[in-house]
Amino acid sequence: MLTYILRRLLQALLVMLVMSGLVFLGLYVVGDPVSMMASPEATELDREAIRQSFGLDKPLWQQYAIFMQHAVQLDFGKSFLTGQSAMGLILERMPATLELACVAMLLAVLLGVPLGMWAGLKPRALSTRGIMTGSVLGFSLPNFWVGLMLIMVFAVGLGWVPASGRGDTVLFGPLDLSVLTLDGWRSLVLPAATIATAKAALIIRVTRAATRESLPMDYIKFARAKGLAWGRILRVHLLKNILIPIVTISGLEFGQVVAFAVVTETVFAWPGMGKLLLDSIITLDRPVVVAYLILIVFFLVMLNLVVDILYSILDPRVRLQGGKA
Amino acid sequence: MPVSRGVVTTPFEAAIDAVRALEAEPPLPPPETPWQRLRREFLASRLAVLGLVLLLLAVGAAVFAPWISPQDPYDIGNLDIFDSKLPPGSTSADGSITYWLGTDGQARDLLSAIFYGLRTSLVVSSVSVAAALAIGCLVGLAAAYFGGWIDALLMRIVDIQLSFPAILVALILLAVLGKGVDKVIIALIIVQWAYFARAARGAALVERAKEYVEAAQCMSLGWRRVLLRHMLPNCMPPLIVIATIDLAHAIALESTLSFLGVGVPVTEPSLGMLIANGYEFMLSGHYWISFFPGIALALAIVGINLVGDHLRDILNPHNAH
Amino acid sequence: MQASLLNRRGVGRPLVGVTVAAMLACGGQAVARDLVVALKTEPTSMDPQYHALTPNIQLSQTLFDPLVCADAELAPQPCLAESWTAEGTTWTFKLRPGVKFSDGSPVTAEDVLFTFDRAGKVPNSPSSFKIYLQQVEKAEALDPMTVRITTSKPYPLVATNLTGLPIMSAKAAAGSAPEGKTTTELNAGDGLVGAGPYKFVSWKRGSEIVFERNPHYWGPKPAWDRVVYRPISNPAARVAALLAGDVDLIEDPPTDDLARLQKDSKLNVVTKSSNRVIYVALDQHGNETPGIQASNGKNPLLDKRVREALSLAVDRKALVDRIMGGVATPAAQLLPPPMLGTSENLVTAPKADPEKAKALLKAAGYPDGFSMVLGTPNGRYINDSKVAQTLASMWTRIGVKTSIDATAPAVFFKNRDSYAYSAYLAGWGTSTGEMSNTLNSLLVTPNKEKGVGTTNRSRYSNPEMDRLVEESATMMDPAKRGDLLAKASEIAMADFAMLPIHFEHSVWAMKKDITFGGRADQMTMVQYVTPAK
Repeated sequence: MLTYILRRLLQALLVMLVMSGLVFLGLYVVGDPVSMMASPEATELDREAIRQSFGLDKPLWQQYAIFMQHAVQLDFGKSFLTGQSAMGLILERMPATLELACVAMLLAVLLGVPLGMWAGLKPRALSTRGIMTGSVLGFSLPNFWVGLMLIMVFAVGLGWVPASGRGDTVLFGPLDLSVLTLDGWRSLVLPAATIATAKAALIIRVTRAATRESLPMDYIKFARAKGLAWGRILRVHLLKNILIPIVTISGLEFGQVVAFAVVTETVFAWPGMGKLLLDSIITLDRPVVVAYLILIVFFLVMLNLVVDILYSILDPRVRLQGGKA
Repeated sequence: MPVSRGVVTTPFEAAIDAVRALEAEPPLPPPETPWQRLRREFLASRLAVLGLVLLLLAVGAAVFAPWISPQDPYDIGNLDIFDSKLPPGSTSADGSITYWLGTDGQARDLLSAIFYGLRTSLVVSSVSVAAALAIGCLVGLAAAYFGGWIDALLMRIVDIQLSFPAILVALILLAVLGKGVDKVIIALIIVQWAYFARAARGAALVERAKEYVEAAQCMSLGWRRVLLRHMLPNCMPPLIVIATIDLAHAIALESTLSFLGVGVPVTEPSLGMLIANGYEFMLSGHYWISFFPGIALALAIVGINLVGDHLRDILNPHNAH
Repeated sequence: MQASLLNRRGVGRPLVGVTVAAMLACGGQAVARDLVVALKTEPTSMDPQYHALTPNIQLSQTLFDPLVCADAELAPQPCLAESWTAEGTTWTFKLRPGVKFSDGSPVTAEDVLFTFDRAGKVPNSPSSFKIYLQQVEKAEALDPMTVRITTSKPYPLVATNLTGLPIMSAKAAAGSAPEGKTTTELNAGDGLVGAGPYKFVSWKRGSEIVFERNPHYWGPKPAWDRVVYRPISNPAARVAALLAGDVDLIEDPPTDDLARLQKDSKLNVVTKSSNRVIYVALDQHGNETPGIQASNGKNPLLDKRVREALSLAVDRKALVDRIMGGVATPAAQLLPPPMLGTSENLVTAPKADPEKAKALLKAAGYPDGFSMVLGTPNGRYINDSKVAQTLASMWTRIGVKTSIDATAPAVFFKNRDSYAYSAYLAGWGTSTGEMSNTLNSLLVTPNKEKGVGTTNRSRYSNPEMDRLVEESATMMDPAKRGDLLAKASEIAMADFAMLPIHFEHSVWAMKKDITFGGRADQMTMVQYVTPAK
């Protein structure tokens, strides 16, 4: 197991390298950062000066080499637009996004798995049809629409929660968290619910499919024949076996939410990383985009590692190391 | 053993005849073809039928859009600015068309725009999801089957792809290849295949460990055969769930990209783009601009998913009786 | 986050209201009140000399006062400089006596010189403040209350440009780096000391910026105890925040929501004509033009009649009413009158005349029209791609089949700067409030050494107009300068060098109990936001 983890870490480093190269190349092809930054009233000479001060007049491979030189010392450059450390900007906003993602996924799983299992166990029940139709609506309604509707009803209409923004935070070690304050929860509810709607819908469906798959299996029949109570069968036998697709999907979705929760963060003015990324891409603020994507790819590789390890725990038949010849 | 057919039989023989008649099974109907079984089981569920109807309506609207639309909303010569933001039921300034569902901010007839938009959205999403599913499945299955460094390499590529934001992919494609609906489809395929690959690998890892794979390998069946004919069908159910949901995702993703200026042309809006455009009208009182396209999209997706659900249930080998 | 519960959320508001009522009832003093503003874009920095961008400038103009302030119409008014005189290349500014910074120290000429000196030294500035010191050769302190500026040649805009350089404290902003305090330090509030009506408290990126009243302010007492800025970039979310009572004032509500907001009795909507013009540039370089297919293979835009036809085909009034929600003014020139340099003859925009347009096209040799691509950014200016689509449909109706190429701003600029567009839509807002800068950048023949024509991508070139603009650059007398510029405008517009479409209005929506007159430079400066009488 240890070598497996170490090997994965090495691969992560390699992947970060490749990612940085791709982003450099990609942004270079899209357009010129100077035209996005400079005042429209700036002259050609001014623009040249700006270009030089950011090192953008050098050939691309040289810029990349300089970047790598600093990167190995963990200096990922300064944002073109704000002059602040690119990685610093991202880490400043990361707790907000992580918080939102964790709460939303937790909600989605706590809601989705039981409902999905119910739907799988009782396919013909009226409640099941309700659940399934509700789940379809859950992911077919656009994210921003759901968010705005929730704001109009609960914030503008009822006034129970604020319309946007993050609540009061408390320092927990190095992280600024709002889940530790009551005011924080009031602001967290709507954005988390917005994200959780679509994710829960997905989890319900995957759980239901997996449940229907597993129910006819022999081991369930044996357990019943042995006289075990349904509750135990569900919890101990069924759940473990359907967890693999659920874990896969939840892992994937969690990664996506952390990396790209832009729409929700925009609608709720949530000070997270997603909005920062979008703005940086649009304004071609390369240092921030590179730093962000390197961080995200590392995070996703580690997340997938956790999921893979969970696979082997949940299903002992799964072997992660070698394949069969 | 046939009983004698004499006019008069003994009571004993009559009794035996009677019992035999009772036991005789009715003539068997001719065996059912798989298609007939599929149709029968499908039509047995009312929800499935409803879903099918919705789906056919959506596809029909998309295919026949040019013929059933009162106006070609993609031809901007047809648009008269004085007809913009008219409520449902109004007539155009020159009296030639009735705007049954009203007009949007650019004076497009909403009914026509929905038909044409549905066409674009359905084509873009179905093509991209199908291609992404195919590519992702192959990659995921291969990774799970071969394991080792092949698995590592493929999955690291997947990790990179998953981290790459859709907007950046679309922007790069736009800058390199130019505009067009086909570029949007390519962008969506690039963005989505990795997700399927990861899901397929998860399912395949479980299958690979099962006995039937070992058995197939003992029989020296080639890896292609084992992968495609044995593992793939068993991995499909969760993948089909994800694919049908992903159709909705793809439409939403395309609408976000279009909204940000890197998707379909603004004068030829897809359904997703109509909804994104209508977003800013939501608080203004011109509710129809985002309401009707939203309903159309929701209905189409409900239809797709109802059909997909029932098809999957019926096709599931475990459910065969 | 140090903000107390009372002042931040909707639930807290009624509590404040009750407290206020109680205080008033007891015959209390001025009401202790906070102002919460929802910003459209978060500033990139607190350093007043780092990035010349509207969101940054409007905040630094609240923390720091410049020598000369631009009022709501962008006319220069005395601020930290009580008066000034100009003779040839010498400008003398007399500082207002008794003015203190927010830390209590007095404002002297030394601080002014420090500010000027620092402007050029800020490293990695994406948009430098040096432009506000153009033509300035030397600045010296004659005595602690007098500053003399010498320009290289007579330059009329020195005082106007100084509105962009708010004065920093030489003592507080001194530091080890060449520029004194670095941008990073200033962002944290270290050295951020000015003589403006408010002073800096805190900044939590993405969440909120907090200012509080400057007790040493020289001018009228600032109305608010504290000002909290919250960046909410999504327009619908901004409006929702106002409707929910979370904020007191919002920038830039979507034009489509205005009717509803104006009807709301609890809200106040303020619009003000701004200096930003939306225009269409037409390629007039040569016969090769990438976006046009004409039957005779030539570039139709080289013919003045074709350009006039395109202008006549546009129903500006309908566009303003229908697409801009009424908050815009049809434009016939590049700045709204009565700004300096505008012509009286170009006040009303021409009425749409599609028939005449078609006749002109026919006379120019295009009876069947031609096809054209109109480039536009998507999301850079208010309703940019919508305006472009409407223009395209109006032109298609007269026979010029127009299609739209709407892209993300980065790609748009790349295309525009590589001359990939035959026609494109863009906007221009001039910070000086007069026509010189506009014509210089947009229509004067491009000349890299002289630094003119920097945004003239249509490569229009008219030597007579160039001459007038160059003459105005050194004309100190405002009236004469205005005449020269007005004449230059008239020449350019008669030539249909570019097609002005409309002037944007800026819109602010706020609670009924506060007022704001608005500003022509579209900036939200809270010193001009006051409780309603």
